[in-house]
Amino acid sequence: MAASDSRLRVRKDSGVTIVEFVDRNILDEANIQMIGDEIASLIDAESKPKLLISFANVDHLSSAALGTLITINNKLRQKGELRLANIDPQIYEVFVITRLNNIFKIMPTTEDALKSFS
Amino acid sequence: MELINDRVHIHRAENTVLDALDRFGYPKAARFAIRLAFEEAVTNAFKHGHKGLPPKATVRINLEVGPERVVIQVEDQGPGFTPNEVPDPTLDENLEVPTGRGLMLIRAYMTSLEFNDAGNRVRMTFDRAASDA
Repeated sequence: MAASDSRLRVRKDSGVTIVEFVDRNILDEANIQMIGDEIASLIDAESKPKLLISFANVDHLSSAALGTLITINNKLRQKGELRLANIDPQIYEVFVITRLNNIFKIMPTTEDALKSFS
Repeated sequence: MELINDRVHIHRAENTVLDALDRFGYPKAARFAIRLAFEEAVTNAFKHGHKGLPPKATVRINLEVGPERVVIQVEDQGPGFTPNEVPDPTLDENLEVPTGRGLMLIRAYMTSLEFNDAGNRVRMTFDRAASDA
């Protein structure tokens, strides 16, 4: 269970762990580190994790946040699946500029992402 | 202004920038771009520029906001770096490397970028006309 000072909201739907951010801005390195650690624990808790990260509440993110997403993706690739969803167009542009839209599976909505898991 | 590596101070400085942009009616996309560049430049200054320096070493920020142009200068007290030696994070072989995207995001979102010879001061310019083009 998430700690009370968690920066994440976590729930399960159809065997998929859905993670949403509490904060609108994912900028602060200390918070990003905490988020990364918490998601790593969620991955470690399952043998074949299916993880959906929703950006529904997010207005801003930094390159440090992108780095954490890459670390999560690298970790999950060996044993699970990752989807990103509900990304604001301005933030999606950051993924395009950095070409990270080529390594992440990005879906328009939570529903689309849930359907896309194998 | 002088910044210490403390989230409250950095957040306050960021709000100073955003308030100035609001006064001149900069649109949402410009606010997003400038905020991102500011955040990345300050992070780079403390994380890389000040590596090995005392934690209380400050970073100097100069901010000029006008109706047509925003200039932000960020200067750290470190030995500096050579920007051209930073690997391109968009190359296929670097895509899955978690670090090294701050500088390229600044280049992408600001109109121009200049470093001093030492490489410890960056001057970032956002030209409103260029962003509207």
